[in-house]
Amino acid sequence: MNLDSKIPEGPLAEKWTKHKFNLKLVNPANKRKYEVIVVGTGLAGASAAASLGELGYNVKAFCFQDSPRRAHSIAAQGGINAAKNYQNDGDSIYRLFYDTIKGGDYRAREGNVYRLAESSVSIIDQCVAQGVPFAREYGGLLANRSFGGAQVSRTFYARGQTGQQLLLGAYGALNRQIANGKVKMYSRTEMLDVVIVDGKARGIITRDLLTGKIESHSAHAVLLCTGGYGNVFYLSTNAKGSNVTAAWRAHKRGAFFGNPCFTQIHPTCIPVSGDHQSKLTLMSESLRNDGRVWVPKKPMPGLKGADAMKVPEADRDYFLERKYPSFGNLVPRDVASRNAKIVCDEGRGVGSGLAVFLDFTDAIKRDGEATIRAKYGNLFDMYAQITGDNPYKGPMMIYPAVHYTMGGLWVDYNLMTNVPGLYALGEANFSDHGANRLGASALMQGLADGYFVIPYTVGDYLANIGWADKVSTDHPAFKEAIQQSIDRMNKLINIKGKKTVDEFHRQLGLTMWEYCGMSRSEQGLKKAKQIIQDIKKEFWTNVNVLGTANELNQELEKANRVADFIELGELMVDDALDRKESCGGHFREESQTPEGEALRKDDEYAYVAAWEYKGENQPEQLHKEELKFENVKLTQRSYK
Amino acid sequence: MKIKLKVWRQKGPNAKGEFKTYNVDHASPDMSFLEMIDVLNGELIRKGEEAIAFDHDCREGICGMCSLYINGHPHGPLQTTTCQLHMRTFKDGETITVEPWRAQAFPVIKDLVVDRSAFDRIQQAGGYVNVNTGGVPDANEIPIPKKIADEAFDAATCIGCGACVAACKNASAMLFVSAKISQFALLPQGQVERKERAEKMVAQMDAEGFGSCTNTYACEAECPKGIKVANIARMNREYLGAMLTSYEVGSGGGGE
Repeated sequence: MNLDSKIPEGPLAEKWTKHKFNLKLVNPANKRKYEVIVVGTGLAGASAAASLGELGYNVKAFCFQDSPRRAHSIAAQGGINAAKNYQNDGDSIYRLFYDTIKGGDYRAREGNVYRLAESSVSIIDQCVAQGVPFAREYGGLLANRSFGGAQVSRTFYARGQTGQQLLLGAYGALNRQIANGKVKMYSRTEMLDVVIVDGKARGIITRDLLTGKIESHSAHAVLLCTGGYGNVFYLSTNAKGSNVTAAWRAHKRGAFFGNPCFTQIHPTCIPVSGDHQSKLTLMSESLRNDGRVWVPKKPMPGLKGADAMKVPEADRDYFLERKYPSFGNLVPRDVASRNAKIVCDEGRGVGSGLAVFLDFTDAIKRDGEATIRAKYGNLFDMYAQITGDNPYKGPMMIYPAVHYTMGGLWVDYNLMTNVPGLYALGEANFSDHGANRLGASALMQGLADGYFVIPYTVGDYLANIGWADKVSTDHPAFKEAIQQSIDRMNKLINIKGKKTVDEFHRQLGLTMWEYCGMSRSEQGLKKAKQIIQDIKKEFWTNVNVLGTANELNQELEKANRVADFIELGELMVDDALDRKESCGGHFREESQTPEGEALRKDDEYAYVAAWEYKGENQPEQLHKEELKFENVKLTQRSYK
Repeated sequence: MKIKLKVWRQKGPNAKGEFKTYNVDHASPDMSFLEMIDVLNGELIRKGEEAIAFDHDCREGICGMCSLYINGHPHGPLQTTTCQLHMRTFKDGETITVEPWRAQAFPVIKDLVVDRSAFDRIQQAGGYVNVNTGGVPDANEIPIPKKIADEAFDAATCIGCGACVAACKNASAMLFVSAKISQFALLPQGQVERKERAEKMVAQMDAEGFGSCTNTYACEAECPKGIKVANIARMNREYLGAMLTSYEVGSGGGGE
């Protein structure tokens, strides 16, 4: 199987323009003869559904929440990058491209990333035209800030609620098309399967979460915009409902899964407070601009709050400043996270033992409490609300948490999976961020895919197949898929075991966190694989799902998703085992420099790992897409 | 800490509901309210009783999916979302009453889950600027005074949870609707369709069966995002202005 990325020939800066010209167009009068399914209504899904509706296609959009506005893009805090160079500080499309490729540790395609940087500029224009209230300067023009250690100020923001404002903009555009009758919206509806006939995606199977009714929907193309799979770890910054089910079912129907082990662990999250913990809350990493990260030099179990203030300077280890004098507390997310784990593993963690301090004492002394309050007040309030501790009276405690998954369904330059007619957008695909995503780039990618890439590329596919090439839901393949989904639901209900769904999910999450989290080794991964297989066996014989399949049944919804997370977990472990190098968010203990830093192996691992499902309990087959770098020189990252 | 919960249980939209009492013996003050229900649900399932259905998703106070009317307040005693409410807010041994949002326009689906799709339909009636993707001016083409942008942002932070409706004795949705109308009435991008928007959104709000505003300001007091009732005053001005001059916008009037 030859994986063709379909990256156009020619100079980097001309690829997308040329490609757009070469794509076939659908005649305006014929667009209404096509149907497109969009699953998920986050930034990628809402923007895609709205844009395709505007063009004249008939769109069916689906989300499992009660309203498309709830999708988890809404929770993104920090901002959105765009190469506008409004600040005259040397930014350019090429620089954003370069930073993104480098930040991704050279595991993304040059062509895709350049297009992303190119589209970033139009995104800001589009959002402003929709009435998104970005932060502004007194002169009335848009404000920018530097984010995540970037050397230029290219991040646009709306206080700490950028994702919310961008999503509500896209939700507005979506609503407009719903009102126009071009998009039919199905809320509280979850996708269970994709239907493939003659090698092409022809539609999906869904479950109405209120009635339990399993239904089929046919279309000329299917777009999965269903987000990432961070909840495989149980605890993550994702929403409780975020899940891999749509992507996983597509994978089991033939779509390759790209780089599943690439996970981003964010350093500034509120630590776990107990076994009841159901999710982790991120605090914007802008806090690291002024906060200093430290732990005591010698273990001081339970240290926190006012007691921490009494620890003399000489007994403190500002470990990021010590190890990385030039970047200090602003090292990239993976480096900050890994070092927090190292000091906690040494027994020097504070609070519960799984936390480090983020201390604003010096910043408050230097700038005054009022200034710090103005900059971070909402974050300090949030911290106080969740922990019950006053961050003005003692250092905050933070610990890394799973935040984003760079892996996802493998797609080509057109965002199409290897299954014709099946697309993946936003976090659901594997592209653009390589092995590590830069801050403020997730929003950019979701909207670039939905507003500015898919409206062109899906048109080419539709024009090529023609509007008559559609399969009705009466086709046996739909009937069969419906029956399989019904059987699966009934199977889950009828196990009637002893353990709750959450118990299995927690167990899976702990295993993933321990062995496939911030640091991975061959020995640990092999152990994890065994544990996950055991969890899977036990799940299917001992899970307890009460109620019926024909009603609102939230336990059944969870069980259905956790079953897929378990299988995905095993594939993540396989992928992590295969990649015997450290790169980006993936740190293999066997591959480090003498100083203990990540060691990338470009001659062996400069490829995208695309995994093919081979059947129940069969090992998946690995396909490699070689990455070619024609414009950037590969260098080892160094923050010393 | 020990908590006694009186929870509204209702099997389905047409079933008769009732309060059921549960004891939670091992609540931790650091738990969020929803985590406390998670723990209770785990215990219920182990006892063979169906878990309490409730809406939630992001659990960080921004998606607007969680609801719950707790001890007579939407989202409980603090001005925050239920997911950000922690058990340390309550006293050991306290009895806590948990109900769904109560409003004609938000019918109960099951237990604590209600149908808020009326909010979506109001937004579909005009809560947007009519622009297609592409072909828009440069983002810095139209300067917007910072004060105006900030005020528009304050209105735009509404999370659409419905606490305003649940708090109001008339089940009025005016705070929710006025937040969106205000955002666009303030911004230059919203000017072109300003009148039509106010007319259409208000008409849809009325059609959904929400009550009218009698200025008790309960909505503002309970809004987890601090949306101000000043927005309602602005909406009333916008609506009145639109009605008085609607002949100017052609056949638009009260919508199609």
